[in-house]
Amino acid sequence: MLPFVFEWSWQWDAGRIVFMGLLYMVLGAISLGVLYAFVMTWLRLTGRDKLYKRLWLRFPFTLW
Amino acid sequence: MVAWLMLIAWGLVSAFLCLYKGLNQTNMNHYFAFGLWIVFDLSLIALGAGAFFTGFLAHIIGNVFIYPFAENLKAVVNAAVVIGFICYSGAIAMLGIDIGQPLRGWFIFWHANVHSMLTEVSFCITVYLGVLTIEYLPLILSNRKLNKIPELNIFGDNLHHLVALFAAAGTFLSFFHQGSLGGMFGVLFGRPFAFRDGFLMWPWTFFLFILSSIAAGPSFTLLCVWITQKVTGKALVQKGVFILLAKISGWLLATYMIFKILDTIGWAYGVVPRAGLSFMDFYQGSYGVWLMIAEIGVFGIIPAVILITPQLRERNGLLVIGAVMNVTGIVFNRFVFSIQTLAIPVMPFDTFMSYMPTWQEWGIALGTIGYGILLFSLSYRYLPLFPQEAELNPVTIFGRVVKDFGVVKRG
Repeated sequence: MLPFVFEWSWQWDAGRIVFMGLLYMVLGAISLGVLYAFVMTWLRLTGRDKLYKRLWLRFPFTLW
Repeated sequence: MVAWLMLIAWGLVSAFLCLYKGLNQTNMNHYFAFGLWIVFDLSLIALGAGAFFTGFLAHIIGNVFIYPFAENLKAVVNAAVVIGFICYSGAIAMLGIDIGQPLRGWFIFWHANVHSMLTEVSFCITVYLGVLTIEYLPLILSNRKLNKIPELNIFGDNLHHLVALFAAAGTFLSFFHQGSLGGMFGVLFGRPFAFRDGFLMWPWTFFLFILSSIAAGPSFTLLCVWITQKVTGKALVQKGVFILLAKISGWLLATYMIFKILDTIGWAYGVVPRAGLSFMDFYQGSYGVWLMIAEIGVFGIIPAVILITPQLRERNGLLVIGAVMNVTGIVFNRFVFSIQTLAIPVMPFDTFMSYMPTWQEWGIALGTIGYGILLFSLSYRYLPLFPQEAELNPVTIFGRVVKDFGVVKRG
């Protein structure tokens, strides 16, 4: 699952890179989403409304 | 309530016996490595597809492409998420018993064999259960009591704001695990009943499983909402929502049926003669040709015709019958692929086998149903599952009609 697990040392094939690459990409997107929700909640609760409004995502994904 | 608790208790006793004494409590053996649990698993995962597909249509197609049906689907998307969560958590709990040694369950993740369809399934269903939990969380935080806590309320809002991102991740994960569940059978070279040709590394069953799950998922969501309406005696969604779900389900089922029939013909004239066998070699004993007639004809073509014909699906009775038949057809399909594949002899000295689950196997499978009904009931009782409910059931207080009960509605 991780690059330091012994199977990776002798299996750097395309299948592994594609499979694990896609997996980490999805896990990354989900984690970033949850992190964003936490950060936005913190900004709101601590009264940083200007930054909160600036970082508020508008779909489809425009930051400003 | 007591009945569902009893089912859960039966499931817990069975789980304890299987974990304590081992898989000798089941009727699975070297012939039937897949049993009732896998049939239930595959069926639950297919029926839970309503969550990702409804979410995909409502939040991705609806938000990005601004398609007119998105608003209608948002009336059932919360219920679909809860149904999906129940199906996936139940399936994973059942798999925890099925693998025999749950303490070594993490091996499949840590020492992943990336060339195995089952590895892909394991990763995707586990991560997707995480996504469903994230999608369920804003709903839980909309509870009247929890919502009064500002931290939770704001966090719920922020999480819900990103629902399109989570819906996209869920769609990606679901697409691959629904497909890989089918691909897992399609690559069984030594089992000509399941083996299929395909496109690149994906056998045709990969695509058929995706198509069948997105055809059955909305029908299952429709049925759950309809049953909830009957039990509560309240209108929870507008009739148009049911008809839209039936229409989506019907057209997808009709497309699936066309490809399924083509696949069956291709298999009968391609894979079967290449294996040196004849069509009827695969249909013997209790697993006769009636199974194929039931799966494709009775529970495939008939519901597809009912659900795609406007005059038929607009009648309440036929709408529900069509959805029930659609769901039954998918369960038949998963049963045929899991059990019949293994019942067919592969060695000259083998005979046609048959399999009957033990009470422990039934206990765990039915316990999952008890858990599902209980969790859905609790979610309905305490969470705003149906945004249209208040509007459809106005109450008169001191002579004034009130259509808003103070239910939290997130964007």
